[in-house]
Amino acid sequence: MNGREMIRTENLNKSFGKLHVLKDIDMSVYESEVVCLVGASGSGKSTLLRCLNFLEKKDNGGIFIRGEKVSPDTHNLNHVRQTVGMVFQHFNLFPHKTVLENIIEAPTVVKKFSKTQATEEALELLQKVGLEDKADVYPSKLSGGQKQRVAIARSLAMKPDILLFDEPTSALDPELVGEVLATMKELADEGMTMVVVTHEMGFAREVADWIVYMDDGKIVEKDRPSEFFDHPKEERTIEFLKATMLK
Amino acid sequence: MPSFSHFFHTLNSSKGLFIDAMFLTLKLTLVSILIGIIFGLFFALLKISRVKILEYVSNAYVFLVRGTPLIVQIFILYFGFSGLFLIPDFWAAALALAFHNGAYIAEIFRGTIQSVDKGQMEAGRSLGMTRGVTIRRIILPQAFRRALPPLGNQFIIGLKDSSLAAFISMNELFNVSTTLGSNNFDEMTYLLIVAIYYLVLVALLTMAVSMFEKKLAVSDR
Ligand SMILES: Nc1ncnc2c1ncn2[C@@H]1O[C@H](COP(=O)(O)OP(=O)(O)O)[C@@H](O)[C@H]1O
Ligand SMILES: [Mg+2]
Repeated sequence: MNGREMIRTENLNKSFGKLHVLKDIDMSVYESEVVCLVGASGSGKSTLLRCLNFLEKKDNGGIFIRGEKVSPDTHNLNHVRQTVGMVFQHFNLFPHKTVLENIIEAPTVVKKFSKTQATEEALELLQKVGLEDKADVYPSKLSGGQKQRVAIARSLAMKPDILLFDEPTSALDPELVGEVLATMKELADEGMTMVVVTHEMGFAREVADWIVYMDDGKIVEKDRPSEFFDHPKEERTIEFLKATMLK
Repeated sequence: MPSFSHFFHTLNSSKGLFIDAMFLTLKLTLVSILIGIIFGLFFALLKISRVKILEYVSNAYVFLVRGTPLIVQIFILYFGFSGLFLIPDFWAAALALAFHNGAYIAEIFRGTIQSVDKGQMEAGRSLGMTRGVTIRRIILPQAFRRALPPLGNQFIIGLKDSSLAAFISMNELFNVSTTLGSNNFDEMTYLLIVAIYYLVLVALLTMAVSMFEKKLAVSDR
């Protein structure tokens, strides 16, 4: 265990109509940990991630952030979301704003930072993700990998405690995957707490502290990467790994 | 049918009156579209407010406007307004047309707002922005941009619809043509002339809209 608990779910359940998507999810992530969520498509990974920053409303169970139970009745979710950032598969950059404007939008509008201060910090973030020369460009002029790095910078601009990634490289051409993973690895090395849904098993093995394998809305196995990949315990995990490695 | 030479002679001799009328038509159209945009935006926002009663109000507005003839709306609003307060004829006509255009513009905005990718709202929310702020700062600017071409078309429709203001004694193009026609016992000539004015206006506007669309497409990011 690294440090303090950052986020935890307790008996989390979620259904869409009759479809029971998350079943009694108990999961915890500690400070500076990287947790990779893996599993077949439709197993509920995105839904779990979206529940963690309240884009999706859980049916029952608890979500604890830094030990505090968070619910829409007792908390302003807009404040909670400032501490739990999210990076999307399709980037979701604001197309009518430049790269710089994308990044300073939330700091100036939500945190009321001055434009000067927000810009200064944004330029630092752009430098960090290697795109300082793209500040005044519109997103449509960027490659997928560049878009995703801007999206990461945009999330970081709110100084979140935890960053959630939902298949951040799945929409990218293969040759652009590496640059995004490198940026994520750098973040992980700096101690960012991260939950990453990914199919990049190489990344998971190298960067993750824990691998969580989900199937059919349940957590089937949670283990250290070396154990998970080299000595998987559950039948379903073994099947999944076989299928994944064959691809 | 009038002879060619008679037609062109009349076209030339009546141009002073028609050009004045054309400006009134344009002014009426422009004002009614601008106010219609405000109505339209307002009712489109009601529609996406997630407050059931406001949604019903918005639906009812669109239903009433789409379900009744424009001329009936103009008469009801004209006699309604002038019965309630003293309001210049121009504004009675403009407001009636705006009320009508507003419903169609509300539908335009509703469509373009809903056409903005859901991921935009999620991105805004995930950064801690409220739904309202995200709509205002992220969704609406994109929706407006997409609404420009259909708004251009609504402008063209509104221009032709404004001819109905003739029935509440606005001296716009159509009224001038029928008045001159009956005064000179030469209805057909003046109707053909006014048709030309409308055609030219619509052609110019169509060109403007398509140039604008091209420009948007080029700078589309
Ligand atoms: N908004 C929604 N409405 C209805 N069903 C949904 C919704 N979101 C996800 N689902 C369903 O929930 C299941 C899990 O989806 P998801 O969490 O996206 O899985 P994963 O990310 O692991 O592929 C799928 O069967 C999916 O079709
Ligand atoms: Mg998913």
